[in-house]
Amino acid sequence: MPSLKDVKKKIASVEKTEQITKAMNMVASAKLRRAQERIEKFRPYADKYYEMLKDLSKGVDTSVHPLLEPREEIKSTGIVIVTSERGLCGAFNTNLTNTAGALAKEKMAEGKQVKFLAVGRKAVQAARKVEGAEVINSYVGVMDSYDFTLANKIGLEIIKVFEDRVVDEVFLIYGEFISILRQEPKTLQLLPVVHPGDEGEEGKEQEGAKALYMYEPSVEGLLSELLPRFVKVQVYRGMLDTSASEHAARMTAMDNASKNCVEMIHKLTLAYNKARQAAITAELLDIVGGAEALKG
Amino acid sequence: MASTIKLEIVTPDRVVLSEDVEYVGVPGVMGQFGVLNNHIPFLSALSIGSLYYKKGGGTHYVFVSGGFAEVTGDSITILAESAERAEEIDVERARKAKERAERRLREQRDNIDFNRAKAALMRAIQRINTKERVGM
Repeated sequence: MPSLKDVKKKIASVEKTEQITKAMNMVASAKLRRAQERIEKFRPYADKYYEMLKDLSKGVDTSVHPLLEPREEIKSTGIVIVTSERGLCGAFNTNLTNTAGALAKEKMAEGKQVKFLAVGRKAVQAARKVEGAEVINSYVGVMDSYDFTLANKIGLEIIKVFEDRVVDEVFLIYGEFISILRQEPKTLQLLPVVHPGDEGEEGKEQEGAKALYMYEPSVEGLLSELLPRFVKVQVYRGMLDTSASEHAARMTAMDNASKNCVEMIHKLTLAYNKARQAAITAELLDIVGGAEALKG
Repeated sequence: MASTIKLEIVTPDRVVLSEDVEYVGVPGVMGQFGVLNNHIPFLSALSIGSLYYKKGGGTHYVFVSGGFAEVTGDSITILAESAERAEEIDVERARKAKERAERRLREQRDNIDFNRAKAALMRAIQRINTKERVGM
């Protein structure tokens, strides 16, 4: 049986842990509210953007712009992975890095080279561990505060490695924020841009829509402006989603941790009281035994 | 009056404007163009400049930093990287940005810097212009 002092120490330490996890829970929920607000404000832009690109690329041949055109031979795959900077948010980052690892393995099995572009400390650590893969660039310490400028920079880099034929296709992996209780790793093909108009629409409709639109400057000119920015918009969306997901995951994880602490304190207090009572009983027995002996 | 058109201005950070207006003047890359209700479907890239719209007898100005406009029969959507209503423009900041850009242009170190400074200068000048138009 542990001594009274040991149990008391243990209780104090668990209480401190509980304070920390509670505080982290509160911080995460405050941050989540901000992150959620940001993504909710960005979604209308992303959705409109997608619609516009869809209208524009209806019936357009993929050869009009290099970012639309699929390469005949795919030698290497680029994977852009976005995670958080810090841990302590349950299985969130692990889920993301596992998804990336699985994709990398699949591509390597097909005989392709895999090149990573990692955003967030956890992504960088994981990408370095993947055997046979190369890390082209990594961004550490950026996920705490960022804006569209950063997404712009990352987007430009992605486009550059694609155009220089360092990679022939690019995937983006991020944590999609579905609700506070649900975040899932999502894989999305970034480049070449998947023809948005192709998704289950009928040919006749496409022709009709194309004839109706007037363009200024030309379709090609517009596409060459829209497509690079589309990549950036997707990257930015991935970052916003990941950070909202991160805070939500941390909130849940810290809530669970706090609950576990309470449970543990309860058990330890019980053990402490039992030990205390046992000690008192033993002392009483000693006294009674002593008094009996003196009488004799 | 049924002759209004729905104007929406959306940036990555927020929805700047969503209103029914009578007329919109948009700074396209190939020159300014006006949009009324029942305009032909139209897609255009925008230049840095000021957009204006008329509503209830007044004219309102909005600064846009490039982007795209999509016009359908009864609505016009502006997607810009940043946009501010004239009332929201911080002229002091724009002036400082203008000075900074002008200084960089004088120093002219390398091409990337040069292009960025030029774009920044354009934005600053257009912001100030947009603001000044309101006073007119």
